[in-house]
Amino acid sequence: MSRITLRVNGTSQTVDVDPATPLLYVLSDDLQLNGPKFGCGLGQCGCCTVLVKGQPVRSCITPVSMVADGEVTTLEGLGSVEKPHPIQQAFIDEQAAQCGFCLSGVVLTAKAHLDRNPKANEADLRKAMSGVLCRCGANTRMLKAIMRYARGVKA
Amino acid sequence: MNRRRFIVQSGALVVSFGAARLAEDLGLETAAAAQGLNGPGSRQLDGWIAVKADGSIAAFTGKCELGHGLYTAQTQLIAEELCVPVSRVTLVQCDTAVTPDQGTTSGAQSHPANFNTSNLALAGATAREALVAMASERLGVPAGQLVVRDGIVSAASDSTKRVSYAQLIGGRTFNLTLNPNAKRKPASDWTVLGTPVPRVEIPAMVTGRFEFVHNVRVPGMLHGRVVRPPSTGATVAAVDRRSVEAMPGVVRLVIRNNFIGVVAEKPWQAIQAAAALKVTWSPGAALTPQRDFHARLRSQTATRDTRMVDSGDVDAVLSRGGRVIRATYLYPYQMHGSVGTACAVADVQGNKATIWAASQAVWPLRSSAALVLGLQPENIRVVFKQGPGCYGINGADTVAYDAAILSQAVGMPVRVQLSRADEMAWENYGVAYVSEERAAVDPNGTIAAWDYEAWTPTRGGRPGAGTPGNQVTGSLAGFEPAAFQPRSPAPAPTAFANNNNSVPSYVTGSVNGRAGGTGRIAAQRVVIHNVRSPFFTGPLRSPDRLQNTFAHESFIDEIAATLRVDPVEYRLKHLSDPRLIAVVNAAAKAGNWQARPSPRPSARRTGVANGRGISCVLYEGDNGYCAMVAEVDVNQDTGAVIVRRLVIANDSGPISNPDGLRNQLEGGAIQGISRALLEEVTWDESRVTSVDWRTYRPLYLSDEMPAIETVLVNRPDMPAAGAGETAVTVVAGAIGNAVFDATGARLRQVPFTPERVKTAIAAK
Repeated sequence: MSRITLRVNGTSQTVDVDPATPLLYVLSDDLQLNGPKFGCGLGQCGCCTVLVKGQPVRSCITPVSMVADGEVTTLEGLGSVEKPHPIQQAFIDEQAAQCGFCLSGVVLTAKAHLDRNPKANEADLRKAMSGVLCRCGANTRMLKAIMRYARGVKA
Repeated sequence: MNRRRFIVQSGALVVSFGAARLAEDLGLETAAAAQGLNGPGSRQLDGWIAVKADGSIAAFTGKCELGHGLYTAQTQLIAEELCVPVSRVTLVQCDTAVTPDQGTTSGAQSHPANFNTSNLALAGATAREALVAMASERLGVPAGQLVVRDGIVSAASDSTKRVSYAQLIGGRTFNLTLNPNAKRKPASDWTVLGTPVPRVEIPAMVTGRFEFVHNVRVPGMLHGRVVRPPSTGATVAAVDRRSVEAMPGVVRLVIRNNFIGVVAEKPWQAIQAAAALKVTWSPGAALTPQRDFHARLRSQTATRDTRMVDSGDVDAVLSRGGRVIRATYLYPYQMHGSVGTACAVADVQGNKATIWAASQAVWPLRSSAALVLGLQPENIRVVFKQGPGCYGINGADTVAYDAAILSQAVGMPVRVQLSRADEMAWENYGVAYVSEERAAVDPNGTIAAWDYEAWTPTRGGRPGAGTPGNQVTGSLAGFEPAAFQPRSPAPAPTAFANNNNSVPSYVTGSVNGRAGGTGRIAAQRVVIHNVRSPFFTGPLRSPDRLQNTFAHESFIDEIAATLRVDPVEYRLKHLSDPRLIAVVNAAAKAGNWQARPSPRPSARRTGVANGRGISCVLYEGDNGYCAMVAEVDVNQDTGAVIVRRLVIANDSGPISNPDGLRNQLEGGAIQGISRALLEEVTWDESRVTSVDWRTYRPLYLSDEMPAIETVLVNRPDMPAAGAGETAVTVVAGAIGNAVFDATGARLRQVPFTPERVKTAIAAK
């Protein structure tokens, strides 16, 4: 066990854990966040996605020690129910969810891609979503929500 | 009593509740009083509806949200019947301590169950009429001269004569039974139902605030991990306890027959301990090689047979010497493959237990968990918490047993979430099928007889009273699955039912002189053989219905092609049900269907070819009409199929929420593409080998998506029917028929992998 400090959604947090612990368990168990979720534990689905220094990271296969002193952003860190981030608002406007379990991967992967490539077109964005899974088949709505947000970014 | 945070995002309202708190809110003396109201099929109005002191409404439902929008739609239903805004309704779903026992929430059955004239809908109507009657007495105005708006009852002629729900009954109980004569508001008066009210949970979900079962956190909660056998049928020979005893955080190793689990203080510690545990397993039973599986299935003799229809003259018509067409279709085992693995939390203390689970079946889960734990069912409370989309029985029930067994062993609350491989290797798969079709065609090109025979494996299923062995955990812990009882030959049918869509749409469905089907063909026979499955099986979105419909809708297309007749025209010629005819016509019209036989005359022999296909169904024989036109591109060199466009016409009676309905149809269509093109459980001689998203690859967000258009046929005068499983049922048939139209190659085995497409093209 060792003490590790990381910044999560703008707040400094110190946890006492095995440094090999995947970041996901620190976020969901020690820090009790609901956004990042265990989907596969293999980095194949995206449910556990968080942003580390703005890059999408699969927290289920990332040891917490690798993000010590890093800036971690989860879905909670983007916006709130009262004040959603524009990309979250786009998903609300398009009703782009069914069960809602996969949203960390979908929203954060798309946001990170558009942060780096504000002019990305639909084909680019779809390609950027490789490895992000929605099993309910909300795919077309999610792409519409991402494009709605992308138009706002470009504007 | 543990108080769980329960997010009801109505105007960003976050409500904390437990049974005791809830009872208090409702003016009931104790949680037990709330529970006492809710026997199976409760007739007590107070079991369904409560008017809180502030006049807001709490409604209690035994049908839960599975990602299909039912939470929002039920909220709309209560808001509509009680004439209040959606934001003033709090819905409490599936909690054995406080909600009515409505058995299992089978997705497509939830709309008919609660949106017609019984259960939740009747409770809403009963409550409104009771409130109006109370207001009539209070105001001295005849009920017929009162109007209700925003929870206030007033005289139509004098709005100063008014009284609110809060004044009438706020915080007190109705003490009424459901009134079977209570009148629902007619659809023509709806202002909330029938409108696209946004899903109430989405803002909390997309901002990471929503509490799934995975986020249930109980004080003192430990973390469990199960160790499943390495192969099918393997049993425990020896366990080296010392291999994990000294590991950090390990609290207990739990062994019960062939069930093994580890409990630790933290999730990562439990995962590491489970991985390090040394277990010697006996070899399991050998599995039939996958390539031989369908042939073996077809040749089983210990079968349980069911005859759905039998006009008695099929053999005679088939042997008359006319044209006979036959084809065999194969369907694989497929997974629910929820995007998140199953999770549950259990807190077993002495003779009492609380289980938080994403089960569709909290009451059957309670009775079967009682057997697993050796407790009385009434001492177990099962609380439904939303999980990832399940599409049928995923791991939600089995992981509830896992958590319960581990919690009982340590006397502390335990959370268990399965590994990806443990879920995929052991879930209750959607079933494989061998479907044999035969038809006699008369000289006019009309089908004179339709003969269908199918073989499908079965083992276990949903939790039921007495059968915790229906899923892997109960089975490992020593319980048997529901008994398989061979029965052959099948008894004659006594009444027409088409719950599994084993009877094709094109026959009359005549049993004992009553025609219950949707078609015109009189000579008909349908026999289904259930066979023991090597793997656990259970309902997977459109269970059996999808498999049977794929066979029937491909076969009618084959007959039409043989006769060189347009596939839509040929279907319509054999259909009699006006609503099924209407959706076929609506899909064809919206899909710009060009009437001509398949395959397309100018079909190219290489490169990318384009084609269109149609498929239709009356789901479950009485639960929603759907027709779909698919347009596909087929790369004839690589065998790749890309779906370019899907047009779906759907009639599920009165539409409760048009956007929710569209979302279901789109989701069903996309999931249907994934299943038609990609998904197949695989195994080797001893174990399942599709255990992650590389070895069981579904559609990803990066895969090309078709344009999807929906035609919603609204039937306000008809009973509410299901809509969650109609579209998925017709996708494989529509795509397969479109591939035939494009290439002239007939696909008779799902999934339509590039290899199979190339083989079919080479064989034509």
